[in-house]
Amino acid sequence: MKKIIELQNIKRNFRVGEETVHALRGISFTICEGEFVTIMGTSGSGKSTLLNTLGCLDTPTSGEYLLDGVSVRTMSKPQRAILRNRKIGFVFQNYNLLPKTTAVENVELPLMYNSSVSATERRKRAIDALISVGLGDRLEHKSNQMSGGQMQRVAIARALVNNPAVILADEATGNLDTRTSFEILVLFQKLHAEGRTIIFVTHNPELAQYSSRNIRLRDGHVIEDTVNTHILSAAEALAALPKNDED
Amino acid sequence: MNGTNLFKIALRALANNKLRAFLTMLGIIIGVASVIAMLAIGQGSKRSIQQQISEMGSNMIMIHPGAEMRGGVRQDPSAMQTLKLENYEKLSEECTYLSGISPNVSSSGQLVAGSNNYPSSVSGVSIDYLNIRQLSVEQGEMFSENDIRTAAKVCVIGKTIVDNLFPDGSDPIGKVIRCNQIPMRVVGVLKSKGYNSMGQDQDDVVLAPYTTVMKRLLAQTYLGGIFASALTEDMTEEAVEEITSILRREHKLKATDDDDFTIRTQQELSSMLNTTTDLMTTLLACIAGISLVVGGIGIMNIMYVSVTERTREIGLRMSVGARGVDILSQFLIEAILISITGGVIGVIIGCGASFMIKSIAHWPVFIQPWSVLLSFAVCTITGVFFGWYPAKKAADLDPIDAIRYE
Repeated sequence: MKKIIELQNIKRNFRVGEETVHALRGISFTICEGEFVTIMGTSGSGKSTLLNTLGCLDTPTSGEYLLDGVSVRTMSKPQRAILRNRKIGFVFQNYNLLPKTTAVENVELPLMYNSSVSATERRKRAIDALISVGLGDRLEHKSNQMSGGQMQRVAIARALVNNPAVILADEATGNLDTRTSFEILVLFQKLHAEGRTIIFVTHNPELAQYSSRNIRLRDGHVIEDTVNTHILSAAEALAALPKNDED
Repeated sequence: MNGTNLFKIALRALANNKLRAFLTMLGIIIGVASVIAMLAIGQGSKRSIQQQISEMGSNMIMIHPGAEMRGGVRQDPSAMQTLKLENYEKLSEECTYLSGISPNVSSSGQLVAGSNNYPSSVSGVSIDYLNIRQLSVEQGEMFSENDIRTAAKVCVIGKTIVDNLFPDGSDPIGKVIRCNQIPMRVVGVLKSKGYNSMGQDQDDVVLAPYTTVMKRLLAQTYLGGIFASALTEDMTEEAVEEITSILRREHKLKATDDDDFTIRTQQELSSMLNTTTDLMTTLLACIAGISLVVGGIGIMNIMYVSVTERTREIGLRMSVGARGVDILSQFLIEAILISITGGVIGVIIGCGASFMIKSIAHWPVFIQPWSVLLSFAVCTITGVFFGWYPAKKAADLDPIDAIRYE
């Protein structure tokens, strides 16, 4: 299996005044292509710092991080920006869509920063990504005309449009009700089934049942790394939910 | 990063905030429009003064005898007898920078024609005088070289003289008018020129051959002055130098002596008046320029607020792969787009306002192309200058903080 992410003894220290805070105290793991990994931990466990590091938004103080075979630690800010643009798709808790902008234009955004993609190809890929998340009929809807679930689907389409090596989801269901959360999970499982690599950071322990692997953090250490052999189907869980209950 | 994409990104961002973009533009619009209108008014008045000056004559050079001290008393220059007819003849022969030269002797007195009379003066000049003063004969013709040679008793008169001496509207050509008992036949009437910028009536003239005035009217051998016309405006200075050296030689002045004549040029007059109008133009442009700067500060203000307001958006753009330089360019392009669009609208309004001033207030207005270019360049520079700081601030944001900014 191709290694997408390789962390070797990653440490990240922050200086807060006189003190040094150790957010990550030596983290090592490898994520291969096609895995659906949930990363869990209570607040303060270092999961945000780990996510920032994985997303190339931050660089570790020490240790080696290889993303798709490329060493990230020594990269400059602009180099990391280009790397994010080509290799990573972000999905955020609060969607982070551009206001007053249509779904297609929102999805086009990452490709706007990639000059090798022409305008026509950009639009085609954005439409394809929106169709694949089930929003083929809402291409021209503006972000303020959509529900939370729809906005998150647009955000997922935006994460897919650059065909990234890994999709990083940060509490992607955190702002959604139970039913919509499951709908989004169904979508993630579908992407997983299509062979995409997904890292889902959450504090909700239930979600571990739907991923293929679960990593737990505490105080900057990995305390548990288990492969889930009995992956539950989110679609079944969704069907089992009482209808018209939460909507 | 490709420029077209950045341009599209900036355009979309502006389109999302049309009202804000327009309000930001307003400062630039007013600034540019007022710069153009003010410069147009300033240039217009300058031009109208220049036109009036050039109507007085073409590249005119006026030579007068200099005032001299006699026994400690400064004499009236018109009483000086130092400028002679020979001086005129020498200048006429030797000067290379002149397109025309004419002596000037004038005799004032009461003009009489039939039962009408009018106080005026007769100027004794050569034929070149018409070109030097930009006069033209409307009716009849100018007196000839032959008239000058024979000191013929002929004259050409201006419209004011015609109106006063021939109030019944009869044709003055061929009529005889008398000046100091000397009868002179009218051979031509000058085209009317009206009043000049000094308030002098340019039609109150009687032109006669200088020989006639010198020999028959005044019986004098010296000249009141010499009028000349330089070939071009730029050659005025060379012409003045040439005249000076010839006259000094003719008057046998030693190197240490002061000139015993004075030379004034039309250029001096126009540069003096230009100084005044230039001062006014600069003043107006400064006031308008201040409003342009205030407009620029408006851009900076709004852009600055907009960076804070759009922190999350900037964080998102960075997380999907925008580099700092992309963010910087986006905000700079937004600022420049605002100022250029404002500039275009400002140019249109400024030109419109200028034409309105022209048609309603009847002020002389002239829009110089460079003033449009200048204000346009200034507002683009304003956009870059005042857009830079907020854009830099946006580019320096940390994506981690920006994306989670509330």
